[in-house]
Amino acid sequence: MSEFTPPQEMVTLTIDGQEVAVPPGTTILQAAESTGNRIPHYCYHPGLSAPAQCRLCLVEVEGAPKLQPSCVTQVRDGQVVHTASEKAKGMRQGVLEFYLANHPLDCPICDQSGECKLQDYVHAEGRKHGRSREPKRVFGRDDFGGDVLFYGDRCVMCTRCVRFMNEVAQDPRLTVVERGNRSVIDTFFEDGVEGSPYAGNIVDICPVGALVSKDFLHKARAWDLDHTPSVCPNCSQGCNIDLHVRDNRVQRLKPRANPDVNGHWMCDYGRNRFEWMNREDRLSFPLLREAGEARPAEWGTVLSGLLENLEEPRPIRAVASPFSSTEDLVALRRVVDALGGGDILFRSPEADEEIPLPGFPQLARRRDLSPNRRTAELLQMKRVGGADGRGGLEALADYTGTLIVLGDALTDQDADFGRQAALYLYLGSHPSPAATQADVVLPIPTFAEQEGTFINGQGRVQRFWPGLVGPAQARPAWMALGVVLSRLGLGELPGTAAEAFLAATGVLPELQGLRYETIGTRGAILNEPVLVAGS
Amino acid sequence: MAYPYTHEKEVRVLSRGWGDPRTRTLEGWKAMGGYTALPKALGMSRAEVIDEVKASGLRGRGGAGFPTGIKWSFMPGDKKGAHYLCCNADESEPGTFKDRELLRWTPHQLIEGCLIGAYAIQADHVFIYCRGEFFEATQVLSRAVEEAYEAGYIGKDILGSGHDIDITVFAGAGAYICGEETALMNSIEGRRGLPRVKPPFPAAVGLFGKPTTINNVETLSSIPHIVNNGGSWYRQWGSEKSPGTKLFCVSGHVRRPGNYELPLGFPLEELIYDVCGGFREGRSLKAVIPGGSSVPIMSAADCAGCLLDYEGVVERGSMLGCASVIIMDDSTNIVKQVRRMVDFYAHESCGQCTPCREGTQWLSRILVRIEHGRGTEEDLDTLLELGNQMTGTTICVLSDSAAAPVASSIQKFRDDYLALIRRGEKVGAA
Repeated sequence: MSEFTPPQEMVTLTIDGQEVAVPPGTTILQAAESTGNRIPHYCYHPGLSAPAQCRLCLVEVEGAPKLQPSCVTQVRDGQVVHTASEKAKGMRQGVLEFYLANHPLDCPICDQSGECKLQDYVHAEGRKHGRSREPKRVFGRDDFGGDVLFYGDRCVMCTRCVRFMNEVAQDPRLTVVERGNRSVIDTFFEDGVEGSPYAGNIVDICPVGALVSKDFLHKARAWDLDHTPSVCPNCSQGCNIDLHVRDNRVQRLKPRANPDVNGHWMCDYGRNRFEWMNREDRLSFPLLREAGEARPAEWGTVLSGLLENLEEPRPIRAVASPFSSTEDLVALRRVVDALGGGDILFRSPEADEEIPLPGFPQLARRRDLSPNRRTAELLQMKRVGGADGRGGLEALADYTGTLIVLGDALTDQDADFGRQAALYLYLGSHPSPAATQADVVLPIPTFAEQEGTFINGQGRVQRFWPGLVGPAQARPAWMALGVVLSRLGLGELPGTAAEAFLAATGVLPELQGLRYETIGTRGAILNEPVLVAGS
Repeated sequence: MAYPYTHEKEVRVLSRGWGDPRTRTLEGWKAMGGYTALPKALGMSRAEVIDEVKASGLRGRGGAGFPTGIKWSFMPGDKKGAHYLCCNADESEPGTFKDRELLRWTPHQLIEGCLIGAYAIQADHVFIYCRGEFFEATQVLSRAVEEAYEAGYIGKDILGSGHDIDITVFAGAGAYICGEETALMNSIEGRRGLPRVKPPFPAAVGLFGKPTTINNVETLSSIPHIVNNGGSWYRQWGSEKSPGTKLFCVSGHVRRPGNYELPLGFPLEELIYDVCGGFREGRSLKAVIPGGSSVPIMSAADCAGCLLDYEGVVERGSMLGCASVIIMDDSTNIVKQVRRMVDFYAHESCGQCTPCREGTQWLSRILVRIEHGRGTEEDLDTLLELGNQMTGTTICVLSDSAAAPVASSIQKFRDDYLALIRRGEKVGAA
């Protein structure tokens, strides 16, 4: 049980005629947001300090002589706030016109177009025609190092980027130089944010197209991207992300806010490792090895042959991957146990050090570089090999029993791997030389192409959703292995990831009490097994 | 004693020693009766000092005119950590040059005022923030501070009273905005000189996060005289609401521009025609900016019968500000004059708030266009509306200050604008 917290006194105020009750210390902007009333703003960001300088969030507070910046003005009992009064709207229109006085209006070639706050706000409330007839100030572009490109003319001087580097990354590499109309964001040194491990976030928090990603530059328009909630698979932190997909290719990864895991942020290490999800060299069909040659075959043929072959009692061993989903790993554990039990090995890469985000310390690029090692450990799988995620499979070289490989590409093994095995079943997404000797190769989707869960290093179960369409013949490993289990009389064949998860809750006591549907997009803490004294 | 231009109507309280190099030294200042107020104040309770200042009715001389005694009483009575007093000597408003003279001629007067002020608000440390360009003044002041340290007026256990007060002279780097009290504190702390959002106010969270009071040089320089002679003595000049003497910095088209210390409530016309000697041959009054570039401009009609105190000038649609009277005769191109002032604000805007950052520049560009005969009548409406959007929408009042002369000049000198616009139209048509 969590500690008892006394009921908090609430402050009641009226925003646009609607009564709102919020805890004391809340700002008007947050209070309005809680009712779905989003007051336009640039400089305020929930993960940063609020300098109240963009002047866009000014609202009318009855009794105050001037409009008040809602991002820093705290609520008071009985306060009456108007966010859409003539005065507040007129002021917003005025401020927006100021923003456009020097803005290049290059939306047609701007990457931010479609997800640009200046565009949104001006379309919603701006003047139909700007009145500025004056020549515009020109700054031009600047390479900020790393993946960041700066278009000075689009900048609205909200200073979110400067504050992120100062307060959150605590690596002050950006500043405002000059003053007044000449002020512009700049780097201190030639290499700018190069090598700063969280610098990519400044592109995300830039409300306009001033800071853009070089990698994503001119790749896709924002309105053509589908956003799929997912979990970053590049370390055991499990940052919540969105896959931004166009033409069945992941174009970029963006952090998805989750205050319990990654706040609003993610590291550049994770952000930049998505190209593999777009690999086109895929295992597209089940392969059946006959007379020394692997031939594409129907799933039905392959599975019935496989089931027949498994009836013969033999020792069994498996190699799993901590990059597989919890459902896949549990299914593998169950199959191995059902066929007499045996070691399941896994290899897991590790970095030399953690890279924490100083301003948000619960977020770090973890040493453990796999997303689901926790599950493998809970399932009593054995970690072998080195910190590079290779080696440790020497014992399998002459293995003569049943061998199952799930998800591990076995990049360190040669084409002779598994030659001695009586039955070698390989479940993978990409072709691998080490699968040459496999009797049965089953194509499975990557995590980006299917539903499932990972359990991160902090013991948080987190769901991911399919953002890409995988090869037509690929089936999740839990489904393929589920066929084996149902044939062995161990439960019904799961038809959905939810059913596979339900099956997993029966195997892993830590998952008991969790329901797939209620994990939602924020994740749920593992239910630690209750230790009974003396047992 | 050859301080340029004095006048028999002056009441020289603060400027008494101006022009006499001896006043810069500790000995010279003591010979003039200096450093008698400090021991007297230390012998009084803090509340008594504050009450005396309240009784004098002294109002802040930096421009806002807030009563000094009341400002001091905002400081927490029960002291929990450090308290600071900042002296604002970042005098940079166009048309203002009184603090510079106070620093140059009577640094000990200021030091004494700072010490009394620090005692009253329980400050341990006084920072005197000098404008970066005040090179000579800063040197004179620094020398005086050293002397006062040596003589035991500053430092540990001053005059055996058991109170420790330090004074640091801090030179700015030349930004007008650092004269804004919270930007000044940021500057002392080593940050960019950006005004802070209020609340919290400096009396609660100020310099280095501690309770802080910021006073102008002229305000603090008046303190020793008030303590010595009493609040009612100070009230012999000026009006009920605006008592005391005030330094008027007069510049522009008069025969004898300069600093004049006059009782508040002095008639503007007497200042122009008598004290300053009137206009050049054949010229007459066109406009007056009574309180530095940031206040609305007054037409000749507004000036008739105007009394120079806080209320009197407000009555005429402007503000006394820091009493920097800029006088313009009928040869003045008002549009050019206003454009130059707006240029100043565009140059000095810190760039935080959007209305100010973009607005000051925009105003300036429209004014340049009008000045060069490329304006339209619609531009005047645009100017007024931009000015309106720049007023009351920003963290500090620099933006309001830039808008004030534009709006007031269009209101009062619309014909000047129209003449330039029409001249341009004619040239365009031909």
